Amino acid sequence: MQLEFSPEEIAFQQEVRTFIAENYPENLRSVQDEGHDLSKEDFLSWHRILAKKGWIAPAWPVEYGGTGWTATQRFIWSEELAAADCVGTMPFGLSMVGPVIYTFGTPEQKARFLPGILSGDDWWCQGYSEPGAGSDLASLRTKAVRDGDDYVVNGQKTWTTMAQYADWGFFLVRTDSDAKAQEGISFLLIDMKTPGVTVRPIITLGGEHEVNEVWLEDVRVPVANRIYEENKGWTCAKFLLAHERTGIAAVARSKRGVEKIKSIARTEQDGDRPLIANPFFKRKISELEIDLTALEFTELRSLAGEAAGKGPGPESSLLKIKGSEIQQRITELALEAVGHYGAPYFRGFGEGDNEHPIGPDYAHRAAPTYFNTRKTTIYGGSNEIQRNIIAKMVLGI
Amino acid sequence: MRNVDIKMLKHVQHDGPLDRIIIMDFSYTETQDMIRETLSRFLADTYDFDSRNKMIASGSGRDPGIWKALAQDLGMLGASFSEEHGGLGGGHLENALIMEELGKVIAIEPYLQTVVLGGGTLKAVGGAIADAVIPEIIGGNVIIAFAYAEPQGRYNLANIRTTAKKDGAGYVLNGHKGVVYAAPWATHLLVSARTGGSGSEANGVSLFLIDANTAGIVRRDYPTVDGFQASEVYFENVAIPGDALLGDEGAGLPLIERIVDEATVAVCAEACGVTAKLHSGTLEYARQRNQFGQPISRFQVLQHRMVDMFMEVEQSKSMTTMATLKLDLPAAERMAAVSACKAKVSRAAKFVGQSAIQTHGGIGITQELAIGHFFKRATMIESQFGSADHHYERFERLTLAD
Repeated sequence: MQLEFSPEEIAFQQEVRTFIAENYPENLRSVQDEGHDLSKEDFLSWHRILAKKGWIAPAWPVEYGGTGWTATQRFIWSEELAAADCVGTMPFGLSMVGPVIYTFGTPEQKARFLPGILSGDDWWCQGYSEPGAGSDLASLRTKAVRDGDDYVVNGQKTWTTMAQYADWGFFLVRTDSDAKAQEGISFLLIDMKTPGVTVRPIITLGGEHEVNEVWLEDVRVPVANRIYEENKGWTCAKFLLAHERTGIAAVARSKRGVEKIKSIARTEQDGDRPLIANPFFKRKISELEIDLTALEFTELRSLAGEAAGKGPGPESSLLKIKGSEIQQRITELALEAVGHYGAPYFRGFGEGDNEHPIGPDYAHRAAPTYFNTRKTTIYGGSNEIQRNIIAKMVLGI
Repeated sequence: MRNVDIKMLKHVQHDGPLDRIIIMDFSYTETQDMIRETLSRFLADTYDFDSRNKMIASGSGRDPGIWKALAQDLGMLGASFSEEHGGLGGGHLENALIMEELGKVIAIEPYLQTVVLGGGTLKAVGGAIADAVIPEIIGGNVIIAFAYAEPQGRYNLANIRTTAKKDGAGYVLNGHKGVVYAAPWATHLLVSARTGGSGSEANGVSLFLIDANTAGIVRRDYPTVDGFQASEVYFENVAIPGDALLGDEGAGLPLIERIVDEATVAVCAEACGVTAKLHSGTLEYARQRNQFGQPISRFQVLQHRMVDMFMEVEQSKSMTTMATLKLDLPAAERMAAVSACKAKVSRAAKFVGQSAIQTHGGIGITQELAIGHFFKRATMIESQFGSADHHYERFERLTLAD
């Protein structure tokens, strides 16, 4: 074991840092700094720059468009992106359906779908949860019935993130109603422009339109759009969930979040001292920072295990639990730090609105972000479900 | 998550002392694996719960044969010393993995005091005294106790009233050191004393290695709640030679801080062993204990608590690895890393220990079961070399300036 410098890796770090500094869109930076909601074009502008450079999918195998970077280089990359406060790329194509397609798809499916994921031309969404199937995902009821070369799909999905922008969706549907819950499910790719697909917004506590209901009424989906075998979709779903959990620790981004809290706490006054000099607030920061270090080194140990040939295993549930709790604590502290100025309801700038919004810039989204971030312990398998997974798969009880 | 051979590079560019570019290599060498396996097998044979109870109940409160075997049969006491001194050429990692194994059987061997603290000090100062004493440590002939804490000083290493007054070529010691673990067994005492200054001043602190049987040393010996033996040590005009001084006179505090940091990480490693056993013991018990017609391990409320214990144990291992790898960094970074580690591990030790007892129910609070004895050691580790509060505060001082 050791901690040391490597000249090649420092050179790589310098390269990616310079690339980000020279290529990150100027207007995107100002949209972020002023606390606006990001549009589809905002997300895609950065995505396209990375795609052009060939750096959009570092985790993918080279043959499908990956960078061929080592685990170390990928780690540097994610640290640099977070340190420079870059917007994230949308995970639905790159981290979720992409790996499912190159792992389980046919050559035709790979050729058809992977390029659009990489280029950003296809925006993807995830059709998993249903009103009656949340934590108990396998109880889903959306039905796909075979009719010639098509499936006819009927049902309702919910919590479908960014479906309002989506060109395509990957859906879990029931193709065998008589089989045991997990065994009658198939994994379908559905063109969101197909007749019968309706997307309705759900507005969340911060006022955002992130998630949607998706209604499917007699939607015809070619059988060629089914990934892997009929009734074996749960295999793809489990594979995808495990991948989703590893990224979910969000260490690099949370580090950036902690630095933001510190900077707010040095600016905000608490009587005749900066807030950071308040011993109670200071203790909350140090607890957060130390817990984040513990998460970081747990993730590093886990990545080391993965590189040694063990895929992301059930212990990645630990990363999800601790990572999501830390993300929430960061937003909690940010809201606490801004004091009175958590209250004004910031709706963004209207057209021709020249007045500066109430309170400091860093306060505008403190409350909405806090409200919104309650999602992290719920999505991707709630933290209670993650504990069930560890109990069963790791502890064997 | 061991035996893996990759290097992870981590970089954080912000302003805290934990931040720097590092390569993370989480692999153990073959020698390190061998040390762990050899020790683990030896302890499985010699340190079952009943044997440990017998050692504690015996006249000296220990079995000196174990220490001899660790030294002479296993070569274990040389693992963290250089080959020039007759060791295996290891360092902090070897100490950590040995401490973790000792923790798994709640061993009462004076490894922390003799090898980590005594040996660590001698490695740091080097010279004739290191050449003379280190081979004796490796051979199992020397036991060192670290007499540093004083009743009024709490966890402040500089808050020392014990004095060492220059007297000809030597010094005369006066003062009282509290709760000196392993002192009743010790051949040598490692003593902090003031050769100048007062209160908690950094200047004027000196460190001495002295013969434990020097005239004027008065001990009041007692057992500790976690199975060790300790003493209140009183120095009453104890004349010691000049060459007992380690390092420069009056400039010993940085050395003390360093070796206490090394020892702090070593007890964190021990805590990893102790809490791992608290967790696995609890799992085992919950699987076989039946209530309401089924094993209590089927109850989700208990499952989730055991998962929380698992997560605390894993995070303790992560923090201990982190801090072990940072022990040789410059002082401010080292201290921040060690305090982050100890703060986290102290809280984990409390949570895992209390949860283990609660899950066991009534049987957990009896002397009959090993689990309670692991809990007692975990509880003492919480505050050894500073409580969680102490370490959060030190971390804040170093990283969260206004």
